[in-house]
Amino acid sequence: MNFFNIINQLAEVDPDVMGRLDTRRSVFNSLTTLGKRTALAAGPALLASFFTKAYAGTTAGDPKEVFNYALSLELLEADFYKKMVASQYFSGQSAAYQGAINQILKNENAHVALLQAVVSGIGGTPVTGNAFSTTVFNGLGSFAAQLEVAQLLEDTGVRAYKGRAGDLLGIADVTIGGTAYNPLETALRIHSVEARHAAHIRTMRGQTPWITGSGDKDSQPNYAGAIPESNTTQSGVSLIAANAITPNTTYSAADAAASFDEILTPTEVGALVTPLKQ
Amino acid sequence: MSEHSHSPAWRAQPLGRRGFLRVSAASAATVALVAATGCDTSTPTPELPDPHLLPLPADDNGLFYQTYLLALAKSTLYQKVVETPPADLTAPERALFLNMYDHEVAYRELLRYYLDPALTAQLFPTDFAFNLSSFTLSTRAGLLAAAQKLEDLAAAFYPVIIPLFSSAASYQRQLLLKASSVQARHAAVVRDLLVPGSFANDDVVDAAGQLLPKTPVEVNAALAPFFAPYVISVASLPVPVV
Repeated sequence: MNFFNIINQLAEVDPDVMGRLDTRRSVFNSLTTLGKRTALAAGPALLASFFTKAYAGTTAGDPKEVFNYALSLELLEADFYKKMVASQYFSGQSAAYQGAINQILKNENAHVALLQAVVSGIGGTPVTGNAFSTTVFNGLGSFAAQLEVAQLLEDTGVRAYKGRAGDLLGIADVTIGGTAYNPLETALRIHSVEARHAAHIRTMRGQTPWITGSGDKDSQPNYAGAIPESNTTQSGVSLIAANAITPNTTYSAADAAASFDEILTPTEVGALVTPLKQ
Repeated sequence: MSEHSHSPAWRAQPLGRRGFLRVSAASAATVALVAATGCDTSTPTPELPDPHLLPLPADDNGLFYQTYLLALAKSTLYQKVVETPPADLTAPERALFLNMYDHEVAYRELLRYYLDPALTAQLFPTDFAFNLSSFTLSTRAGLLAAAQKLEDLAAAFYPVIIPLFSSAASYQRQLLLKASSVQARHAAVVRDLLVPGSFANDDVVDAAGQLLPKTPVEVNAALAPFFAPYVISVASLPVPVV
């Protein structure tokens, strides 16, 4: 029995499995400590307790918590671009570059306002603050250095939204200010705009708009995780195995990885963005 | 990766229109016939089903079929670009289109695999195709206009249909969830090539910062002219809130 394979396979069909389990690390710690002390025979029971805990009563997440999670990321992004526009390096940029950053800032501010309305509309209290660290920002000594962080923020944002999709699935439509919203659809429409931002910033940086594995930032932890961006297996099918889905066709690892963006769990996102917060 | 050496699976299979209609349209046709005859007190004249009508199945498979059609449309367009690129398309731009072609083939084939894991069924009639003749593919501008139309359509479609999947088996949703943001990346790139800086313009993103959505019915209407004489029906598909 390969426990890690089981986890990975579960994560393939349910990206929230890591969130449902306490955290990946605690699972592994438990395994190494408990596993040493328990006989092999106890393995199945140990597994059963993990998965019971992971799935018990969690058919859907709390949308207030999920949207506040999204709002906290949008606040961070919006403040980052606000600082970019105000920075000493901005005025020297081309009209095209300035226009792009202003466009993205406009979208991020709109996301903040929308998510605040959604959280309030479903009875929650919108999170506040979450400014981008002035210290970290001031350490970025050029427009190019700022763009590197922008790319990481956008690609991480895409993966973070994806990681919570399972928690919004099946949540009933809500009506806010006379407009009906499907919570999952709303999150995915915002996440789609984040992906457009990511593609544009990657292009500004001379990178491919999609994540192939050969980009200059692809080794950063933002592209790692329980299911890394380099993943080439989708829903149990290896795209790079010969003849896996198409006779006489083998897909390259770069294409297989780039065709799909992977998820990040809240724990993984937290580790990435906490050092960036004020 | 290249698949130039072989025909797409749906072309290579033997004629299967009859099978497709029998499986997918039997119930719809039966209902239509019963309705037509049941309400008619004079001599009934049963209407034969339109041989060009291809009703997509209900529920999750119907959504998958429509997603497949979008991948088919884009892979058909990009295969043409890869084989005979417009003279004024630059080398870096050709590289982008080769990437996008490869992605779309992966989507198309993976979706096809899930619709028919044995890879033996004929999903559509042998002469069913996405017709490129209305596009001007000999120029960069014409190509980019065609690509933008399809990419914006697909990018706007995915966020709408992912919540509509009803099956407890979530692999279908996961597949589309993971592809949805790459569709958005494609759309952004193509838009930027056509009009620099237009990656998230107001014609595709609303004032609240959400991508403007496209429903299955809207996507079907947009694709309809390219599949003539065949007519795809999405009447059995679930209807989104938007």
